[in-house]
Amino acid sequence: MGVSLKHRTEWIVRASCILPLVLFLGACAMVPAMAAGESYRLSISWIPALGVNLSFMLDGLSIFFALIISAIGFFVTIYAVDYLHGHRDTGRFFIFLHAFMISMLGLVTADNVIALFVFWELTTIFSYLLIGFEHEEEASRKSARQALLVTGAGGLALLVGFLLLETISGTYEISRMVPQASLIGAHPLYGAVLALIFVGAFTKSAQFPFHFWLPNAMAAPAPISAFLHSATMVKGGIYLLARFHPILGGGGAWTCTLMIIGAVTAVGGSILAMGQSDLKKILAYTTITALGIMTMFLGGKTTPSLTAAMTFLLVHSLYKSALFLVAGIIDHQTGTRQLEKLGGLLKFMPATAFAAVAACLSMAGFPLFFGFIGKEIMYKGALAEAMCPELAAGAAVLSNALMTAVGGILVVRPFLGRPVGYQAPVRETTFFMWCGPVVLGGLGIIFGIVPDLVGHWLVGPAVHAFHFSVEDIKLSLFHGINEPLLLSIMTLTLGVGFYLAHRRLFQWINAAAEKIPVTADRVYDGCVGSVARLGRLQARIIQNGSLHRYFFIVAATFLFAVGYGFLSRAQAFPEVMPPLLAWREWLLVIVISAAVITVLVTRILLLAICALGVIGAGLAIIFLTFGAPDLALTQLLVETLTVVIVSMILLRLPGLGSQARNHRGRRLFDALLAAGTGILVTTLLLALLSTEMDRSITAFFEQNSYLAAHGKNIVNVILVDFRSMDTLGEIIVVATAGLAGYALIKKRGSG
Amino acid sequence: MQSLILRTATRLLVSLILVFSIYLLFRGHNSPGGGFSGALVAGTGFALYIIAEGAASVRRAIRIDPRHLIVFGLGLALVSGLVAVFTGKPFLTGLWGTVAELPDYKLVLGTPFLFDVGVYAIVLGTILTIILALEES
Repeated sequence: MGVSLKHRTEWIVRASCILPLVLFLGACAMVPAMAAGESYRLSISWIPALGVNLSFMLDGLSIFFALIISAIGFFVTIYAVDYLHGHRDTGRFFIFLHAFMISMLGLVTADNVIALFVFWELTTIFSYLLIGFEHEEEASRKSARQALLVTGAGGLALLVGFLLLETISGTYEISRMVPQASLIGAHPLYGAVLALIFVGAFTKSAQFPFHFWLPNAMAAPAPISAFLHSATMVKGGIYLLARFHPILGGGGAWTCTLMIIGAVTAVGGSILAMGQSDLKKILAYTTITALGIMTMFLGGKTTPSLTAAMTFLLVHSLYKSALFLVAGIIDHQTGTRQLEKLGGLLKFMPATAFAAVAACLSMAGFPLFFGFIGKEIMYKGALAEAMCPELAAGAAVLSNALMTAVGGILVVRPFLGRPVGYQAPVRETTFFMWCGPVVLGGLGIIFGIVPDLVGHWLVGPAVHAFHFSVEDIKLSLFHGINEPLLLSIMTLTLGVGFYLAHRRLFQWINAAAEKIPVTADRVYDGCVGSVARLGRLQARIIQNGSLHRYFFIVAATFLFAVGYGFLSRAQAFPEVMPPLLAWREWLLVIVISAAVITVLVTRILLLAICALGVIGAGLAIIFLTFGAPDLALTQLLVETLTVVIVSMILLRLPGLGSQARNHRGRRLFDALLAAGTGILVTTLLLALLSTEMDRSITAFFEQNSYLAAHGKNIVNVILVDFRSMDTLGEIIVVATAGLAGYALIKKRGSG
Repeated sequence: MQSLILRTATRLLVSLILVFSIYLLFRGHNSPGGGFSGALVAGTGFALYIIAEGAASVRRAIRIDPRHLIVFGLGLALVSGLVAVFTGKPFLTGLWGTVAELPDYKLVLGTPFLFDVGVYAIVLGTILTIILALEES
């Protein structure tokens, strides 16, 4: 039965590739309208009172991203079925994968910034679950937590930025912020907004100094790295920068920050990539480089510069996801991802090798490949930059040259070269696994042959969606002999040089890396460590496990906070009227007082609990005499159950001769605190009675209870209808407390 | 606890208490009672049963795991709120329908009642979970 169940799961998840396929075809159908410059908006009201709506906008930029997400999602889905073959959590994996894809699509189509934030955080959460998919491994869990904390913190910064944007512009809709760009740019809060949005984008897109989580996220299964950590999620920050380019972009602060951070990230990432020997780590660092390049070009405001960013985004998504899938295949078939243990795979896996070669040549930017066109337009964009074009061009040439070398390493070392002795015979993988990388790699060639079509249908509409210029966007293979071509030739030459020296570079980089005292990773560890220490400290002080201490802190806080608030505002002590009570009420007072005294003097805990029950029951009768039968009923029942449950616990505890109770100073202190709290509450009640009651809400409930809610018992109508949201919150608390209590009891029981 | 009197009385009392608890749940909308009080009454009944007969026999009698009751209650409360969302009204809006109309009496039923049943299930589930766990620990 187990086998057939597994088999069935596998078929279901294989069939689930229909979802991305349908989404992809839907996005394709929108392409002509987008190329004609149209855009569609759809809004569903969500929290209308706060101006928060689930509004979506489809324009060239959204569709551009949606196409990438759904297409790669499709290939990753069919790939992952065989990759995970026989894994016990296959079903869970695909639920996370598709949920991530939907969130990512929501992120790139949301028009309301609050909705965008929600999708943004959803992608973070699913990324956490997917990185930590192999949750039984320590490293997986640590990396997942790191990615969650870094990108989650960035998400919070983003939320604050969005809220500030709303206070400036008065709207949460991105499409309505765009016309107010000049107002926003001149506002004193502009700098703060910019900084917060940058933190959000940089953490998500792994820019320096937040880059460190991405290489660690390689603990995720290969299809996840291909999908989330190269093609989609990490591009979320790039998307954000592009989307907000017309609102916040173009100023000096924008350009300067993005160019410098982008350039540092690009060059730093590519240098670090040369110092790695794990296939996936190499790819992770080159992904950081690519994201840096995109950030750098989004800093510009000219059409070539922004076209370069979007073109390169497409180029990179294709080749990098192909390469990650290839790395996964190699790992799957040979059991290792270490460069020095690989070689001669061309002979065993021709299809995979084809995909790898095509993707690497695109990455290296060889002529005729789409990567070459990406690089040409990049240099054109860099030279068109208003602010220090030399910096942009220099950073682009250096990082591209290093990526060329990396491309060479990735083709030559695993696939060519001497075959290494593998433990088991290596075979080509299944069709479902190699078709994805082959198609994605192959697209690098096809797009290279028809660059004008790609420019017209995909990149053009995407750029025009956030860059309102009439300039036509043309991608072509050969622009004539000009500066970009010269820079390309220089890149290839340098790249070959780096490749030839790569073994020496590897040693130098690793030797240098050891000498760096402070790394972002260590700073992160330090922060997390100090938070944990702070937690331990406060736990030692206020949560030391003694119920006495907890009660003491709660009561003392209440006494001082409320007492101070009351005394600082009260004009006079409330008038005390001598109570006129009937004999029945005097009887109640006597019973309750006797019970209170019993609680105070008895040393038998069971008796104390029962006496407390008497107090509660007495209160219930008071409620009843003053016409609150519902309250009385509930009070009585709660008291009864409390006595029963506490007695059950007490019967299990060892008899408390209780040293605490014998400690005189402490008893005095407790008595003072208790008396103070009692006096405060009494005073508050008296003060409340001496003020006029506002009956407007009561009157509303009285009028509408039966007419609108068909109930004569107002208390219950309030609980389940008028204020049912509160009740929902309360029952969630009850449920959580119940389950937590259960866990505690079971944990204690098991030792 | 092996007390013949308690055990005999419990037989009779528990069923009465449970019927009373359901009665409280149903009458809650018009008279004192409701899901919360009803569940507390039922919880008291089961506590009595545990004291008289032990946790194992209560587990046998209720058949389902009380933790499932909590989840069921939460789900029911959420569903009762979502019904309104699907008709285009805000979450948790009470929807009412007339079930039967007699000459001098009209029976209306609505989503708030479902919500109240959800409250009942959660509270009873929580009480049972805790007291059974305590008794078995």
